[in-house]
Amino acid sequence: MLTIAGREFRSRLFGGTGKFASAEVMRDALVASGTEMVTVALRRVDLADPADDIMRVLDRERYLLLPNTSGARDAREAIRLAHLARAAGGTPWLKLEVTPDPRTLLPDPVETLKATEELVKDGFIVLPYMNADPILALRLQDAGAAAVMPLGSPIGTNQGIVTAFQVRIIIEQARVPVVVDAGLGAPSHAAQAMEMGADAVLVNTAIAVSGDPVRMARAFAMAVAAGRDAYEAGLGEARENAAASSPETGLDFLR
Amino acid sequence: MFVTPEFESLRSAVAGATEADVRRALESIRPGERDLAALLSPAAEPFLAAMASRSAAATGQRFGKTIQIYAPLYVSNLCANRCLYCGFSAENRIDRRALSLDEAEAEAVLLQKRGFNHLLLVSGEAPAVGVEYLEALALRLRDRFAAISIEVQPLETEGYARLFRAGITGVAVYQETYDRVTYGRMHPAGPKSDYVYRLATPARGAAAGLREVGIGFLLGLSDWRAEGLAVGLHLAWLRKAFWRTAFTVSFPRMRPAAGGFQPPQPVNERQLTQLLFALRIFDPDLGLVLSTREDARYRDGMIGLGPTRYSAGSCTAPGGYGSPDGSAGEQFSVGDHRSIDEVCAAIRAKGFDPVRKDWDAVFQQTAA
Repeated sequence: MLTIAGREFRSRLFGGTGKFASAEVMRDALVASGTEMVTVALRRVDLADPADDIMRVLDRERYLLLPNTSGARDAREAIRLAHLARAAGGTPWLKLEVTPDPRTLLPDPVETLKATEELVKDGFIVLPYMNADPILALRLQDAGAAAVMPLGSPIGTNQGIVTAFQVRIIIEQARVPVVVDAGLGAPSHAAQAMEMGADAVLVNTAIAVSGDPVRMARAFAMAVAAGRDAYEAGLGEARENAAASSPETGLDFLR
Repeated sequence: MFVTPEFESLRSAVAGATEADVRRALESIRPGERDLAALLSPAAEPFLAAMASRSAAATGQRFGKTIQIYAPLYVSNLCANRCLYCGFSAENRIDRRALSLDEAEAEAVLLQKRGFNHLLLVSGEAPAVGVEYLEALALRLRDRFAAISIEVQPLETEGYARLFRAGITGVAVYQETYDRVTYGRMHPAGPKSDYVYRLATPARGAAAGLREVGIGFLLGLSDWRAEGLAVGLHLAWLRKAFWRTAFTVSFPRMRPAAGGFQPPQPVNERQLTQLLFALRIFDPDLGLVLSTREDARYRDGMIGLGPTRYSAGSCTAPGGYGSPDGSAGEQFSVGDHRSIDEVCAAIRAKGFDPVRKDWDAVFQQTAA
């Protein structure tokens, strides 16, 4: 079972709350996904208001809410948001997002590391969204991040794991769970991440903007489970050339 | 600094586009400036449906099934300019007033009660409604609203920086027209007659740290196709210079206003639509604003196809929310008279989520 900061998760699919056609569609899709961890943008919701359009449909018994700092341009803004979120929602869990470029929403590695160091000291459980940079992953882990969340490709692009080479290194090296976040556009992408050994994936856009979010959420849930099973069962290695079935060819000089 | 190319060269870049150029633009993975020219050209007219589907896909991918909702709050119709087309022109005999801070706050509270969380403060150009007034108002409103932007006279960078610290999130400043000759004719007197100073204003707002900068032009003053290319070039320049800033574009069509101005080059609905699609395809991350200048039928039809932000329940006269029958003159008469609840219901009926809060005042508090 997946464990992050001492908490266990049966589902390895994490969900989001953005871009849905309505709060009700979002609620149904999250239920169908079987997820137990849901991220909410602090800019979008009012955590302290039970009547908030998103908060009112999220079952706090079912989900661990993971507030995120989407929109923060630097460490200072992210830290301030985090403190307000903790005060309003009572949770120390935080998905740290420092994305100074509103166009690509790519994470700022320098400010993300700075904010992680600070927030961990302040007692937060920090899951930083990061570019797929293996050394940065190690630095964040050393700073006390509870998990690292490297991107497959930029948020909302549906491009899949364009960063596969670096993500493999991160998975190989990390002591903390690795959650592939952003850019997973199809269940096959999620399955690929899980087959690679990722501990979990976070999917939002691909579910929210699909023609049938509930069905797509179910498809992702199955893909994540399949990918994890395959990883645990042990995948055969992919080969460039066919393996000779009679390996003695060329060795007939041996006595 | 951004310099507008000769308007004639923009016009010929658009006029020279062929059907093959349009097809190439529609198939391009990252459409560039030449593609934008093609999409704005007459050769693209038969491709409106293909443009719609690409625009809708790009918008959905980036913004999901959401439309952001805001309301304008007119704080003053005093104006030193004599823009030929504007209801607030100093030439026009309308009832003039600038709301006191208390009056402006009362209007804002009304909008908040109606469910608005994003405000756009609007005023004519007059010393009474300068940086000090706006700063004081922002400080009063910042805890009530998630985002407060301004559409007022051009300010200096320091002015924008002060307003940013007071809680202002964004600025919109439209060039009105990128055609310098027409610009000179339309703005014969007042500070606004300086084309270059106005053109450099969005960059000053971005340099001051404002989160969002809106640009655009008024449809009806000159050749909309060349204007569309100009705004695309301006946008591309701003994106390179200020990569931390979010940008929006608005295409206000001329509406009936005091003074009875007739637009020299009116833009019809199909043309407005082509313009919106072309800009969306050119820049998938762009916020596209569609205000209540357009009527309900058009705004409902465009949901999901490109625009990302709608105003609702708007009144363009200062004090008009509290006293709808008040005497102060309006800037123009709106085309969509529905309330915020009616507009939100129409958005939901189309399968989209009307988003009232998509920012947080907390972001600005770190600036202080």
